[in-house]
Amino acid sequence: MQQKRIFELWVGIFVASGLAALAVLAFKVGDIGSTEVSQPYVLKARFANVGGLKVKAPVTMAGVRIGRVSGIQFDSERYQALVTFSVDGRYKNIPEDASASILTSGLLGEQYIGIEPGGSEAYLKDGDVIQLTQSALVLENLIGQVMVKLTEGSSNGKDK
Amino acid sequence: MQKSGLSAFLARRGQALSRIWQQYGGLDLFRNIGERTLNTVSRLGRATLFLYETVVGMTYLVPRFSLVVQQVFNVGVLTLLIILVSGLFVGMVLALQGYNTLVTFGAEESLGLVVALTLLRELGPVVTALLFAGRAGSALTAEIGLMKATEQLAGMEMMAVNPIKRVIAPRFLAGVIAMPLLATMFSAVGVFGGHLIGVGLVGLDSGSYWSQMQSGVDFYDDILNGLMKSVVFGFTVSWIAVFEGYDAVPTSEGVSRATNHTVVYSSLAVLALDFILTSLTLGEV
Repeated sequence: MQQKRIFELWVGIFVASGLAALAVLAFKVGDIGSTEVSQPYVLKARFANVGGLKVKAPVTMAGVRIGRVSGIQFDSERYQALVTFSVDGRYKNIPEDASASILTSGLLGEQYIGIEPGGSEAYLKDGDVIQLTQSALVLENLIGQVMVKLTEGSSNGKDK
Repeated sequence: MQKSGLSAFLARRGQALSRIWQQYGGLDLFRNIGERTLNTVSRLGRATLFLYETVVGMTYLVPRFSLVVQQVFNVGVLTLLIILVSGLFVGMVLALQGYNTLVTFGAEESLGLVVALTLLRELGPVVTALLFAGRAGSALTAEIGLMKATEQLAGMEMMAVNPIKRVIAPRFLAGVIAMPLLATMFSAVGVFGGHLIGVGLVGLDSGSYWSQMQSGVDFYDDILNGLMKSVVFGFTVSWIAVFEGYDAVPTSEGVSRATNHTVVYSSLAVLALDFILTSLTLGEV
């Protein structure tokens, strides 16, 4: 009987520490608490080019994460990308004339959506589309523009 | 009767040919292949029926759960130490290797993410399953094989106790329960081992180690996926271990061969299943 109780004690410790390890993985490693958006509402925005934006990328306002991207589709009527993102229900007062832009964290980091508030008194509701958008910076286009500027500059210099 | 000319010549050649044919075994090669195929197939069939009987026999354990507790102690608790120590060292090695590679890209801040993803998705379940097969699986096979060789299983049947229900089912169930717990602990300890090296020895910032990890690790895609893998591996390794023991030739040589088979077959099965499961889960993305 005593023997059996010791076995049971050890197995109990074993199972409990296994579950504790799962909890550590879930909360400390996976950070399950903050990835969930509580009582989310959905906003949409159309972009001419989403660059490397991915589903689950963060949506931020003033640098604070307020939601995440839930879907990226191609709108075949407008030839644009339709990005759907869910925003935490705590932040309901985003002005109607807010603008969304795709930004990059760091030089080569992941891309995210940054929302700039406007001045409107009316707020965006569930399912609304943000009208003012700015596309992702595509590095090749950027280099192309710089090259054009440079060649223009050198030809102007010759004229003078 | 005397044959003349050509026909006699042919008859002599024919006899010589058939002598050579018999000397070299004739169709023995194909007979061997056939025999081996039939053996393998019937063994697989027996293993499947055996699994069915074991799973059905688990109803026997509902009022006798202490049998399972006893086996979880043998299979799980006694394997715990080797799992924890290996997890710590694997995490530490991952951190050192990962740091050396990442620093050339200036991305050493992602070390936590690299260590955590490698452990959760691959190394945690796979290395735990290999160690589990070596430590617990071989012990199970040897124990059951010896029970068979010393006719304890036959003795149980004489007493109207079904050995599959009494001996096999609790050991199988204990393996399936213990394996995911062990794999989870392996990964958790490995992450802390990586922290030990990354923050303690190499001097990364502790905050960036954890925050990069938290932003990159997904609970469903990474953690639950790894857990699912470890359940599958636990099922496979326990199945192979108890079947090899139960099906062993009841001699000392047979038991040693069965133990050997357990380790070899379960390691191969784990690695092959890992590839299949990984390609299935990554294929969805």
